[in-house]
Amino acid sequence: MVVAVLIVALGRSIATNPRFNWNVVGDFLFTSRILDGLVLTIELTAMAMAIGIVLGIVLALMRMSQSALLASTSWGYIWLLRGTPVLVQILLWNNIAALYPSVDLGIPFGPSFVHLNANSVVTPFVAAMLALGLNEGAYMSEIVRAGIISVDEGQTDAAKALGMTRLQTMRRIVLPQAMRVIIPPTGNETISMLKTTSLVAFVALTDLLYSAQLIYATNYQTIPLLIVASIWYLAVTSVLSIGQYYIERHYGRGSAQETAPTLLERLRAGLWPRHAEVEPVERPRLPEDHR
Amino acid sequence: MVKAEQVHKRFGALEVLRGISLEVAHAEVMCLIGPSGSGKSTLLRCVNHLEKINRGRLWVDGELVGYRQAGDTLHELPEPEIARRRAEIGMVFQRFNLFPHMTALENVVEAPIRVKKVSKGDAKERGRALLQRVGLADKVDEYPARLSGGQQQRVAIARALAMGPKLMLFDEVTSALDPELVKEVLDVMRRLAKEGMTMIVVTHEMGFAREVGDHVVFMDGGVIVEEGPPAEVLDSPREERTKRFLGLVLEH
Repeated sequence: MVVAVLIVALGRSIATNPRFNWNVVGDFLFTSRILDGLVLTIELTAMAMAIGIVLGIVLALMRMSQSALLASTSWGYIWLLRGTPVLVQILLWNNIAALYPSVDLGIPFGPSFVHLNANSVVTPFVAAMLALGLNEGAYMSEIVRAGIISVDEGQTDAAKALGMTRLQTMRRIVLPQAMRVIIPPTGNETISMLKTTSLVAFVALTDLLYSAQLIYATNYQTIPLLIVASIWYLAVTSVLSIGQYYIERHYGRGSAQETAPTLLERLRAGLWPRHAEVEPVERPRLPEDHR
Repeated sequence: MVKAEQVHKRFGALEVLRGISLEVAHAEVMCLIGPSGSGKSTLLRCVNHLEKINRGRLWVDGELVGYRQAGDTLHELPEPEIARRRAEIGMVFQRFNLFPHMTALENVVEAPIRVKKVSKGDAKERGRALLQRVGLADKVDEYPARLSGGQQQRVAIARALAMGPKLMLFDEVTSALDPELVKEVLDVMRRLAKEGMTMIVVTHEMGFAREVGDHVVFMDGGVIVEEGPPAEVLDSPREERTKRFLGLVLEH
């Protein structure tokens, strides 16, 4: 009850306080600069997560492989990228030309076929995408590894006994089951990535937040524009959460548990959790139990 | 069909198999019995190279299991070759190990499609026939979680049979089942034996061993203590250890 009153009071204050300038929020919500920023943010998030997930799977498999070289390479990669700020990594990638002015594609130590100028290949967008994606890979690999470990070894035995190769076993049997454990934290990572992309302002990329900042730098409508950005972040997060629910349902198929209720279903069932709906009852001991 | 010569298997310091030699003829049903920890399941897992043997030789259908001999030394086969040979040996596990994210039919057709490259249509047709053969024609599209233990184990047998194996390994396949579900699984195995399948069966079901087994091997402590026709080993054992084990198993 107290919570409900507080929520109403807060809502009323936000709606009626003139300094929120809701009309300005409305004016800027759909301006092209904000929308362009939003598109850039979504693109960066999607590409960084794509890189991160693929890399995460590779790193997890390396980490679990029998080869000490692969396992320790993966360990070292995770150690390095998790141990340094992602902002530093973005800045480093953006200045990669200082270390490697040109990129040559060809046979290692042999002739090169393509010669590229690092500055033209690694644009700020590419630098941000690489930095965020490579960093995400380090985190994703631990999530993937947890998922793989969670699958019963009997599954691998059964697949091997049927003559499936290690790769087939991983792709067809282990990973689909590991997904149930992998998806929820990956949803977290995606939502977190959505907001981490705002760091790209440091390399002058006009993402959602930086676009809003550029606008309020000229018109001084700081709060309304921050609200505009927040509304869009919230909107995308909501879409991602819904997507996660359906992906989870897909990979939960065949599980004994019924699928989790959607948020709407839970709202319909009542806002407040009903306590003591099911009292745990001590089951009387039956003679069969002792067999 | 299967021949073992002085097979040894160690897990760290623990020697689980200490010189096993045996032979299983074509279309023979061999039952492996013995107390838990005697190494019978490990021996079974060595036959399709789920476990690597440390010493000795093991052949299936005239081919060394998991290794290639060059002169006096053994070299482990490359993984695809090991997989190819495993595909010819069916195995059924104590805890079923069905793939929970696939329906009964998908479980059965997975390996034929992926490993044997059978077309989806053919695999499904044959899969349905196999599920019907184990009495599960109406459970084709159910997920394992919705099947009873006995039904799951019969799907697992159908899944192994779908690869057209020349040898079937059964690892205590009724031990995780409620008593009333044991019979439906044993019936399927009985029929399989009658059809001439070569089978190695690790079991605690002495009745099954007596009725279906052509040969019973009693193992204890990683060695074969006694072996022979079921009537001999089960009804008039010569060895003290066999008598003690059977006494414990049969009185309960």
